[in-house]
Amino acid sequence: MDMFKYILKRIGLMLLTFFIIMTMCFVLVKLLPDPVTCQPGTDSCDAELVWREALGYNKPIMVQYWIFLVNVFTKFDWGVGFKMYWLKSVTSIMFQKLPPTMYVNFFAVILSVPIGLIFGTFAALKKNKWEDQVISVGVMLIISIPSYVYCFILQYILCYKLGWFPLIVSSSTNYFTWEVFRTYMPAILCLSLGTIAGLTRYTRAELTEVLTSDFMLLARAKGLTRGQATVRHAFRNAMVPIFPMIIGEFIGILGGSLIVENFFAIPGVGKMYLQSINVRDYNFFMFLSMFYVVIGLVANLLVDLSYGFVDPRIRIGAKR
Amino acid sequence: MKKNDNIKINKEDFEFVQNDKKLYDQKFETKRIGYFADAMQRFSQNKGSIVAGVILLIMIMFSVIAPFVSGYEAQTRDDFYTYCLPKVQLFEGTGFWDGTKTEVTNEKFFAYYESYGAVRSYTVGEDEFGEKQYTIVRDTYIAGCVYKTFSAKDFVAMDEYDKSIENLEDKIFQPLIDTSWIDTSTNNGMVLENLYKQNANYSYKLTMKMAPIFVTDDDGNQVLDYCYLKDDAGNYVYSKQDGNTYSTRLNYDNYYKYLHNGNSPYFTLGSDQYGRDIMTRLAIGGRLSLTLGFTVSLVNIILGVVYGAIEGYYGGATDIVMERISEILSEVPFMIVVTLFSLYLADVVNPVISLFLAFVVTGWIGTAATTRMQFYRYKGQEYVLAARTLGARDSRLIFKHILPNAVGPIITSSVLMIPSVIFSESSLSYLKIIDFSTGNITSIGTMLSEGQATFMTYPNLILWPAIFISLLMICFNIFGNGLRDAFNPQLRGAE
Repeated sequence: MDMFKYILKRIGLMLLTFFIIMTMCFVLVKLLPDPVTCQPGTDSCDAELVWREALGYNKPIMVQYWIFLVNVFTKFDWGVGFKMYWLKSVTSIMFQKLPPTMYVNFFAVILSVPIGLIFGTFAALKKNKWEDQVISVGVMLIISIPSYVYCFILQYILCYKLGWFPLIVSSSTNYFTWEVFRTYMPAILCLSLGTIAGLTRYTRAELTEVLTSDFMLLARAKGLTRGQATVRHAFRNAMVPIFPMIIGEFIGILGGSLIVENFFAIPGVGKMYLQSINVRDYNFFMFLSMFYVVIGLVANLLVDLSYGFVDPRIRIGAKR
Repeated sequence: MKKNDNIKINKEDFEFVQNDKKLYDQKFETKRIGYFADAMQRFSQNKGSIVAGVILLIMIMFSVIAPFVSGYEAQTRDDFYTYCLPKVQLFEGTGFWDGTKTEVTNEKFFAYYESYGAVRSYTVGEDEFGEKQYTIVRDTYIAGCVYKTFSAKDFVAMDEYDKSIENLEDKIFQPLIDTSWIDTSTNNGMVLENLYKQNANYSYKLTMKMAPIFVTDDDGNQVLDYCYLKDDAGNYVYSKQDGNTYSTRLNYDNYYKYLHNGNSPYFTLGSDQYGRDIMTRLAIGGRLSLTLGFTVSLVNIILGVVYGAIEGYYGGATDIVMERISEILSEVPFMIVVTLFSLYLADVVNPVISLFLAFVVTGWIGTAATTRMQFYRYKGQEYVLAARTLGARDSRLIFKHILPNAVGPIITSSVLMIPSVIFSESSLSYLKIIDFSTGNITSIGTMLSEGQATFMTYPNLILWPAIFISLLMICFNIFGNGLRDAFNPQLRGAE
């Protein structure tokens, strides 16, 4: 019951936060000038003016906000694009752009989670030996070097010098064919490097801490082999903080990476967000911003809740 | 009271015991080591961090000094010295770091480069189809000729300068090109004439299919002057007067020397697609990153400490309200903050200021949380109670008694703020969310995004910024980690 109450409280707080951020965003965005750029009098421009009138662009901001809220909560209608995807519904374009982003990120996470766990475990078991030091230096380099720099390096070597992959991703939507997957491979690789490095470092830190604790000594003393003790006792305990991180990665699949999508010209959500900022299409900007806020909030909530599911010792919401 | 007069104490009866031996029960003779002294001592034992610190210092000095040395500014453009390779005066003519490039070309390009003197040396071979193939060492600093129109005053001044010079190659004005032989009645002919009109470097004849026609003298050297425009008396024509202006064909390298007191351009790390000096831009971009990194971190730490101190010290309702505010702020994606600030301020004030404010709006939350935790830990302790009983005011308790104890974790949690600010700044400018491409400023990210389109053919443009930003990030991270470990008392003696 405690848990149920806690979840309800968290969801309530989440909605409040979301609402406050949305209001601030809306007001700040609407205070910016958003002039009509088309030639008045033409048919297409009249259509735009009708849309603007319907969305209340000529009314006070609070009235606009009311229209906006009614549209969003009754019809999930976030307006239409005026500068990009002209007069197309923001949500429909969004659902077109979601698959490439999810595709790339899904494979990146699928690739990086096992590799990160394996490297981290290996480094922890070989602590302070040369294997560990090589992995640590590699992790430090990948974490320090900005992702666009190793995007450059990977693209130069894999796509240009070796010619293994094409330079830009395929525009085809047959995602589950080898040809299309091959074009996405450099992007997936670039995306996963950062996750691999982060996960490796985290796993190593957690596992080394667990490996030196007293219950590991007990496990060895009662006759378990090193492998048994590591897998049954150390690894399970180390997973307590690592598992929520992995869950966070999986939720992040929806969000994607602005840099990698921009670099490899992936027609995804991140690229559309950048475009909306550059051409100043405020409806797209508003919707995508709120999309990222929701992803962040939901990820936070699920990560916190998952601690309780992973480790029965942690009772969420209980007051001792 | 009776005196013990009968006790005689002879000096000889006594001897010193352990006079020469070491005494073990004395106080420690070493000085007490304070927290900071200890941290510094342990930091100085961390060789990696020291090396990183030295490299950082060199990079900071480079950023400060390089623009003064190079003599260029971040946005000094030159339309003709574009994509120049790195060149240092010291290595001139050595084939290394002297602005030359070895490339394999066909006859058409060879003739073009050769005609204006860009080819230093070459060898001829054959490709797989039996066509002539030239391996040339090309000087990227030879811009060749351009058409330019001058007012009468400028023209006369330059003409005077030309008269003091013997060789035709060293003069500013070169003879105009005779294009009367082109048959402009055909389509190809018109294209050809256009080519000659637009590119002043074509000082030799081409066939209608744009293949070069070599005219050689008796020694086998290419002659060019047969193509020059001559007047009736057989002298070269250097300019065409049109009212008060003169249209001329000038040798840009000599013209540059004339404008810059006889100096030729030197780009230590090469030049980009607009002929801007990469080294200067790198240093200016480095200055921007470092300045932002340091100022943002400083302001954020001060803000965070004050906010966290108030939260942690007063607790109760104050704490709850302030915690909610910082919680909501921390949920706002950084991208939204940056975009809104740049939309509002970048054009009106300055992109740097807008970026700075965006960093400050949410950057202090981490420091505030750490400070708050430390205040909760220390404010209930006896020594604070003692100080309060003695009449210390709140501000004294906060800043004199509790805050010094919290300094360690605050430093620990905030040393890595500088590299993260630098990383965000360069990413944002790389994504063009913040525009540093105009004004007398630039950023490493801007340089990378501008060089991205041509990085397969001109890797030079992004090689240096990529190395610079990577080295900066690596060094800051190693340095910061070392500092963090040194200030973490839990690690004391564990290393």
